[in-house]
Parts: sequence; C-alpha cells; structure tokens
Amino acid sequence: MIEVDVEALGVRALNERFHRLPPETNERLWKITNPKGAHALAVGLDRTLTIEIEGHVGYYCAGMNKQAEITINGHAGPGLAENIMSGVVRVKGNASQSAAASGRGGLVVIEGDASSRCGISMKGVDIVVGGSVGHMSAFMAQAGHLVVCGNAGAHLGDSIYEAVIYVGGEVASLGSDCVEKPMTEKHREKLKQLLASAGLSARPERFRRFGSARQLYNFKVDHAAQY
Amino acid sequence: MCGIVGLFLKSSALESSLGRHLSAMLGALSDRGPDSAGFAIYRNPAPRGSIKMTLFHPDSDYGWDHLVREMSEEIGTDVRGQPRGSHFVLTAAMPVETARHWLSHHRPVIRIMGVGDCIELYKEKGNPKEVVRRFRLDELAGSHALGHTRMATESAVTTQHSHPFSTGLDLCLVHNGSLSNHNRMRQWLSRHGIDFQTDNDTEVAAGYFTHLLGAGATLEEALKSGISDLDGFYTFAIGTKDGFAVVRDPIACKPAVLAETDDWVAMASEYRAIAHLPGADRSRIWEPSPATVYSWKKH
Amino acid sequence: MPRSTKAKPADAAAVANPAGHREHASFPPVVIAEIQRAAREGIYDIRGLGAKRRLPTFDDLIFLGASISRYPLEGYREKCATNVTIGTRYAKKPIELKIPITIAGMSFGSLSANAKEALGRAASEMGTSTTTGDGGMTEEERRASKTLVYQVLPSRYGHDPDHMRRCEAIEVVVGQGAKPGGGGMLLGLKVTERVAGMRTLPVGIDQRSACRHPDWTGPDDLEIKIAELREVTDWDKPIYVKVGATRVKYDVALAVKAGADAVVVDGMQGGTGATQEVFIEHVGIPTLPAVRQAVEALQELDMHRKVQLIVSGGLRNGADVAKALALGADAVSIGTAALMALNCNAPLFLEDYAKLGTAPGYCHHCQTGRCPVGVTTQDPKLEARLDPDLAAHRVRNYLSTLVLETQTLARACGKSHVHNLEPEDLAALTVEAAAMAGVPLAGTDWIPGRGGR
Repeated sequence: MIEVDVEALGVRALNERFHRLPPETNERLWKITNPKGAHALAVGLDRTLTIEIEGHVGYYCAGMNKQAEITINGHAGPGLAENIMSGVVRVKGNASQSAAASGRGGLVVIEGDASSRCGISMKGVDIVVGGSVGHMSAFMAQAGHLVVCGNAGAHLGDSIYEAVIYVGGEVASLGSDCVEKPMTEKHREKLKQLLASAGLSARPERFRRFGSARQLYNFKVDHAAQY
Repeated sequence: MCGIVGLFLKSSALESSLGRHLSAMLGALSDRGPDSAGFAIYRNPAPRGSIKMTLFHPDSDYGWDHLVREMSEEIGTDVRGQPRGSHFVLTAAMPVETARHWLSHHRPVIRIMGVGDCIELYKEKGNPKEVVRRFRLDELAGSHALGHTRMATESAVTTQHSHPFSTGLDLCLVHNGSLSNHNRMRQWLSRHGIDFQTDNDTEVAAGYFTHLLGAGATLEEALKSGISDLDGFYTFAIGTKDGFAVVRDPIACKPAVLAETDDWVAMASEYRAIAHLPGADRSRIWEPSPATVYSWKKH
Repeated sequence: MPRSTKAKPADAAAVANPAGHREHASFPPVVIAEIQRAAREGIYDIRGLGAKRRLPTFDDLIFLGASISRYPLEGYREKCATNVTIGTRYAKKPIELKIPITIAGMSFGSLSANAKEALGRAASEMGTSTTTGDGGMTEEERRASKTLVYQVLPSRYGHDPDHMRRCEAIEVVVGQGAKPGGGGMLLGLKVTERVAGMRTLPVGIDQRSACRHPDWTGPDDLEIKIAELREVTDWDKPIYVKVGATRVKYDVALAVKAGADAVVVDGMQGGTGATQEVFIEHVGIPTLPAVRQAVEALQELDMHRKVQLIVSGGLRNGADVAKALALGADAVSIGTAALMALNCNAPLFLEDYAKLGTAPGYCHHCQTGRCPVGVTTQDPKLEARLDPDLAAHRVRNYLSTLVLETQTLARACGKSHVHNLEPEDLAALTVEAAAMAGVPLAGTDWIPGRGGR
C-alpha cells in the first residue's frame, strides 16, 4: 500500500506518477490522503490500480478512467468519473452534478445521493446510486444503465435514447420521450446483477423501469412541442 | 463568472477568527475569480441612533479625518470612523438619509459601498489573495460574512463592478452566474426609483431585491419572486443583518455547496473553499436544490 | 404611377422575371417558397454551408502596397516566412506549423472518410494541422494527418482519452460561427452503422444536439475543465477554446482567463454540415469585426501573440488570409473552402445536383447525405466519386496557392514574415468595413466610431 498526501505532493505530480506506471507495475495499491476538495484527482488513469481516497474531492475526480478501481471515502464534486471508459469508481458519500457525464463503460457507484444531471449524456456506463438523484438525470442518455435506489428528481431521462433507467423510489417527473416500461424477468435479472456489482442491497421488486418512447428519433411535426 | 462564499457562525466562540476563515475561503476561489474580490462582514453594531457606512474614495491618500470633522461640525452630532485599505467605515449619530444627503452634496465623488447597523462592505480590483491582504481581513471579527471572487464576464473590471452589491440596509448580494434579461429589468427598476452605477447584471438583481423589500416583501418572498422574474443562470447568496440566504435558478448549472456543523453554516461555489474550516471533514454537506430558498438567522 | 417598361435584356433580374412583373422586396419568390415549405413540413429548414447573404467581408479591405515611403521584398531569396507556433503559453509540446492556415474541425459523419483522408494528407504535406469533429477521431484521419487537433464538444460523441492523447492538441468547442449557441446535427441518412457506432446512437436516427457541455457551464468552470484536460494529457498539448463570433471581446478575454493556450474565433460565414437556416443567417457577427475585437481583447490583457488567435469563417483566398493576419490573427482556419478544393460544388454529375433541386455553384445540401461529388456523404457509391489521391492533391495545391498569395501581398507590403502584416497596411472601401475592421476609409484618416468621429 503506497500512501500519498496529495496536499503535500500536488495533484499534477500525483497524476504524472500514476500515468508513468508501467503496465506490469507492482505498485497497485494506493491510499491518497488530504484531498481537501482538490480537482482532477486520479484522472486519465489506464492501469489496474486500486486507489482509496480519504476525504472529499473536487471536480472531475477519476475523469476518463480506464481499468482502475477508485474509491472516494467522502463526497465528490461535479463531473465525477466523467467519460469513464472502464473500471470502477465508488463514492461512499454524495456526488455533485453531472456524475459519470458521457461515461462510456465501467461502473460508477454512488452510495449516497447524486445531484442533478446524474448520467447526463451517458454512452454505456453503468451507474448505481444508493440514494436519490437530482433533476435532469439521464438527460440525453444514449446507452448504459442508471439504477436509482431512492428517488429521481424532475425531468428524468429527458431526450433519452437507448439507456435504461431503474428507479426504486418516486420519480418527480419524466422528461421528453421518457416513459415507464414493463419490468420483465430479464430486467429484474439485469437489475439484480447491477445491484450486486455495486454491492448494494435493495429489493428488485420495488423498482420500475424507464426508457425511450423513441418518438423523437426522426422528426415528426406532431411532436414539435417536445423539442 | 465567479466564486461566492458565505460563513455564518452559530457560536460566538469563533467570531474572532471569522475574518481569517473568510480570507482562506476567498483565496481558495481565486482561480475561478482572479479579477477582483469583495466581502461583506457583519460586526460591531452601531450605537443606538447611529448608522454605519462603508465609504470608498478613488484616491488612496484621501483625507478621511477632514471629512469626519466637517460632517460632525456641520450636522452637530458624533461622527467617527476607521480607515481600512481604500475604504473607510463611518459611524454617524444621525438618520441614514441625513448622512446620504450630506455626502452627496459635500463629497459627491465618494461611493457608499454599504449601509446599516452592522454591515461593512469592502471590494477592490486585483487578485483576491491581494485584496484580502490590503483590507487586512484576517484581523476582522464578526458574526457572519459573505464574499466574492470575480472573473468579469460582460462588464468591466472596476471597483464598482465588483460584488457584493448592497441592496439596502444591512443587505448585500453576491452572484455566480450570468443573467439574461437584466437590461430591460434595469430600465424598469430605474423607472421605479432604483439608481444604478454600472451595467453589471448582478447590480440589477440587487436592485430588484431592494425594490421588493422596500415595497414590504419579506426576504423569502423577494427571493421567490426573483426565481421567476430573473432569467439566466445564478447562484445568489444574500446577507442580512441576522443571517444569510442562498437560492439557485431552476436549471441550476452553476455550482453551490452547503456545509453545516454545530458551530457554523458555510456556503461556497467549490468544496475546496470550505475544506479548511474547523470540523469541515465531519460536517453535513449538501447541495441546495434549484428554485428553493434556504436561509439562516441568528436567534 | 406609370408601369415600368420592359427590363433591359442584359439585366439579371430580367432573366428571372422576363415578363417584368412588379417585385416584392420583402416577399420575393424565394421567401414565398420557404413559407410554403414550412407550411408543408412543419419544421425549420435545415441545410449545410454558412451564411449565404451578402455581408461586409475582407473584400471590403485593400492593402496599401509599397510606395515611395515603403519598399517591397523581391521574391526568391528575400524570404517571406510563414511559420507559426501554437501553444506557447502552457503546453510542454507547442505545435509548429509551416503555414498559418489550418483545416477546421469537420466531423467524420458529416464528411466522408475519403474527404477526411484527403484533407489529412494535404495538410501533412503542407506542414499544417487538421481537426477532428463532432463524432470523434477515425484511424484514417490519424494516419493521414501528421498534426491532428482533437475536439471536445458538448455532445462528447466518440470522446476517448486514448484518442485525445494520440493527438497533438485539444480544442474545447464552445460554439461555431454557423450556430453560436447550437449543437451538432446529423440527419438520419448519414447516421450509418459506422457513424452510429462511433457516436453510440441507433442507426438511421436524426441525431439530436446538446448545446451546452454536460459537465461545465461558464468560464469559471471551464477553467477547471481545461485543467482536467491538461492533467489527463500530462500538460503536453496546447488547449484551444473555440467560439462562434458573438460577444467576441468578452469571450476571448474569458477564454484567456480560463487558461486557453489559443483561441479560435469563427465568424458567421463559418459553415456547417447541417443546421437550421435561421441559425446560419441570423446569429453571430461576420468574421471581419470578430477578428478586430478578438485582437483588442488580447491586447488589453497583454496576451496578443502569447495566446494565439486562429480565425475562421468563410475565408477563401490568400487575400483573406493576409488581411486576417494583418488585423492581428496568428493563423487562420478553413473549412468550406477546403471542401470546395475537394470538389464541393464542382460542375460534375450535374444530374445528381438537379435531383437535389440545385445546381453546381448553388448547392448547400450537405445535410441530405447525397453529395454528388462524395464529400459530405456516407453513401459508398457517392463517396467513391472522391478519389483520395486526387483530392489530396487538389487541397494541397489550393493551400499552396493560399500561401503564395499571402506571401505576395506580404512582400508587396515589405514584410519578411507574414506576422509582420499590421492594420496600418490596410484601408477600407466602405464605411461599414472601416468601422468593423478599425481601419481608415481609403483616401481618408477616418475610422468611424474612433476618436468621437
């Protein structure tokens, strides 16, 4: 276990250290202390590292992550794991807005609440939220899964494409072209898998499924009001 | 655009270090607001029958003593003051209007930054770390404070254009974001008796709240009206004599973090600014919901 | 009022209106046709290219060449250098360009793969850069182009940190001249399997656009985003910020404050593969005033030449390039003109233009995906009409001509480097151009609006 005080070392030096690790490195376990809301921590990683961050992080923590497993023992600022390609990013506390924005793969777990725009523009990432998500979550969500054990704020799935949303609690309102869809055995299985991979327990029977009505895929004048 | 901060102390034990903490908060947000900085700090209530005014004169060597003497002699009541950087805190035993009237007649160049019972309002061009040093913010004690670091978007970088903007007695406003209907709003408010010094959008928001409060609205009512009348993206923090309030627009793209312990409530654009406060890592941290008024008051 | 007599035979209007009917300036036939199209379709008109209406442009400026007081350079050994370095502010590896003309961002999806390849090869041969587009990087374009700028757009289609790391620079796109405030658009016919795969979209849909970035809004948060991009790429690469020309002075100042290495300003003549006609024609200011305002903003911050300015938006020839440089740009970028060098609007396959309801010289139908010359299409049969070898050769020739023209003008003004061109080398032919460019009206010392006149 390599322990680094990032307040002392500096974010730039730490990221460079991560980026310089050779693919066959033995330095795989890391503990980062004193993040104190610093931005761009552990971004652009591309190694099978396991990193624990002790404290709260600022914007874009684990941005564009590949392969690494990063756990934040605290809260995360905006853009957590934005454009994640693979790997796992977990937040024990809450995440600010635009969590996993445009994420293309991997898994993002937020044990607390996520704020507005959780999963905005998601392109294949799986996001599992133990608490609730804020308004405009899954806006223009193209692919991947968003699981919300708690409630979802207004305009869920606005302009959604092919991403799938599961919500355990209440939904304040649905966005354009986002509709409730039936939960089949296949979906319950998928949901169970996602909850298990996130290490969160919740009863799949509570959840409802939401997705695209696909009415906005090609422009029709009758739907003009939705734009 | 900008960074905004607010710190409200629940326990008087921390009052002597208010300035030091606010200073660190502003420093943490100088990247997102490098052009100018300002803060309003609530402290040293004026004696009964007196009014406190923070004044600014562009000449750094201005003879404030002379002003104090002249004003005191002419009006015949007690006037005293304290310089701090380029500003001067005047305490005058007279009604507000008398003081305003005298100043506009005898010292029209002087700008009145803030007026009230407790408020002191300081703002200047320059990097925030420099600005807080020049005002010796570290020394100041008080019950609560708001601050702002500015990256000028559409109006000039001048002292006048900096935040906080004072909206009325013991009231002030800081803003992160960009309004989109402020020009028509400014004209309308001008016709209703509000004076504007700048083309700054935040000044319009401040004028809007002054107008509503002057017409008898409560702070909550004024802020709720603002949510529908003011168009654009904003996080507002408003300081009052007894506390402060925070509100975000309905789309809520601009950041806002709130944190609370038994000893304080803090607000900032980035958690970084809060991270150094005593007990921050154990505080309750959350984000204000859009189009919702949050407020705290001393009891 | 006496009726007008028959128009003169040589008059162009007479050709369109041979019977001499009375014209309606507000509702000419083209406007009536558009109203009736809207009545049929219930949607705004969508098309490609940039603003087609007449605007003040660089044509309204001229150079004050050598005279008794100013001496020209000979050609040949009396060099007129054209190199420019982009990214001197923060990047560990600034970009060295041999010529001050780059190829602007245009997506694979909007353009065919052959078009992207031809542009890349031509740029490589001339020692300049190309730019990805709203869809991500293709391997063909990475292979073809020696210097590739990677765009980060609101949609984040195809956004890949590995691709970003393999490119030489990063361009954060806030907006573009054709549609400042709008996002990308690609209609169903062009969303083929390959394009859909890159963009993570269902095949054949009309792609909807995001107009704001998903994870930041405003220059204060852009500052943090730029810092993240630097961290991902270990501070190696210059980071550009691109804006469509609207509030240029504020935007350029804010881009500088947000930490940009270079700013790209795209005037309203800037083209697009598809967007609403109302956006193209009615939003944004022309390139001419945009350049001047951008330079002023940089000068006020003492950042001129320290943060490089790249100007685009309807540049067509070496005169445009030289004038943009004279007004203070470090480099220019071309999009539409590069496509025309590829063959856009060339008089070939005339019957296919006719099928689209247009003709060579008038076509702006990129959005249909049925480009008769294979430039803005995903249809393999049409794409085959664009031979990458021949097309690369054409673009290379065109770039070469631009450079020679620029040097000719610079030499005539006595400059040994094109960057030594300055506003004082220019005069304006119209009052508007004088006011917009901040350059005196020819034959006078009058710049409208300056010095209270």
